[in-house]
Amino acid sequence: MAEPWYAVDLATFLTIVAMAVGTYATRLGGLVLLRFFHLTGRVEAALKAVPPAILMSIVAPTAIATGIPETAGTIVTALAALRLPLLPAIALGVTTVALLRLTPLATML
Amino acid sequence: MVHSAYAAPAQTVPSFGLGVATIFPLLFATAPIGLLFGALAAQKGLTPAEVFLMSSMVFAGGSQFVALDLWANPLPWFTIASSAFLVNLRHVLMGASLTPKIPLITGRKRMLGYFFLTDETWAFCEQKVLSQPVGFGYYMGISLPFFSNWVISSFIGAFIGPVMGDPATIGLDFAFTALFVFLVMSFWTGYRSGLVIAASGLTSVLVNILVEGAWYIIAGALAGMLVAAILAKPEASTNTAPLSDQENQNG
Repeated sequence: MAEPWYAVDLATFLTIVAMAVGTYATRLGGLVLLRFFHLTGRVEAALKAVPPAILMSIVAPTAIATGIPETAGTIVTALAALRLPLLPAIALGVTTVALLRLTPLATML
Repeated sequence: MVHSAYAAPAQTVPSFGLGVATIFPLLFATAPIGLLFGALAAQKGLTPAEVFLMSSMVFAGGSQFVALDLWANPLPWFTIASSAFLVNLRHVLMGASLTPKIPLITGRKRMLGYFFLTDETWAFCEQKVLSQPVGFGYYMGISLPFFSNWVISSFIGAFIGPVMGDPATIGLDFAFTALFVFLVMSFWTGYRSGLVIAASGLTSVLVNILVEGAWYIIAGALAGMLVAAILAKPEASTNTAPLSDQENQNG
């Protein structure tokens, strides 16, 4: 690469600043949202559902609609979560995916 | 109720050190992703200094990968910035959910702490408040190592990128899915939560297939929240008024 490692392009820097401002706004957005809603009744129930709802929404495309190794890894991790602590459960899921990716199952679907 | 225990005064507040210990194992799964990000960024023409700036100022992996995907000459800065905003829109719901559960963190500490809000740190805090009140120490104990690890690994990745392999070959990319699946299971509280999770999962998958862009996370989250609101029993809300009062005073 012609540029030295410490070079910073102005357009790149401004793009990063725009990304940073927008991202920090989302991180503070929850505080703003709370000013407009009182945590009662259905609003409270909706907010209480946020943790599982977001986590499931993040993983669902990978867990359900990517391939057999990923779906199998998800099932193994979910079942392991019923009995095992965090790290062994993750290790089992990752191992399942890594092993199944070595098989023809990885290219099916 | 799931979160009834978080404000109990007799409980000990978990320390900074416990936060570090909690996040520590996850650093081994994140470092290769950071290296990968740095390597891909270098391929797109970003210098290590630019990678360092993006990782430390934006600090949101998903949106950073999306930005690389959109990176071109001339820079479509508005598309990149608005995509980052969209990918990170879930933070709004995460903050709204977590804030009333961490009344120990307020004011400037909260403004600083929320700069470091990520899926992982947020999820650990949401899980922790089920049993213990979370203070600034534990929060930063989780956040600072995670932040440093991401910035440093992506910076290094920008130098050594071309010689590095793909983390997917040893399944490391799945570590995050596995972490979140585990945490989803820990939020299981009965059939209502099952319906919420099913609604979120189905909506997320459908929107991901049908709609261009990163709408699937926020669409899935809103679908789950809608189901929870519909299923809510009206009398289940009596104990929350003090929380919102407290929130207003602290804000």
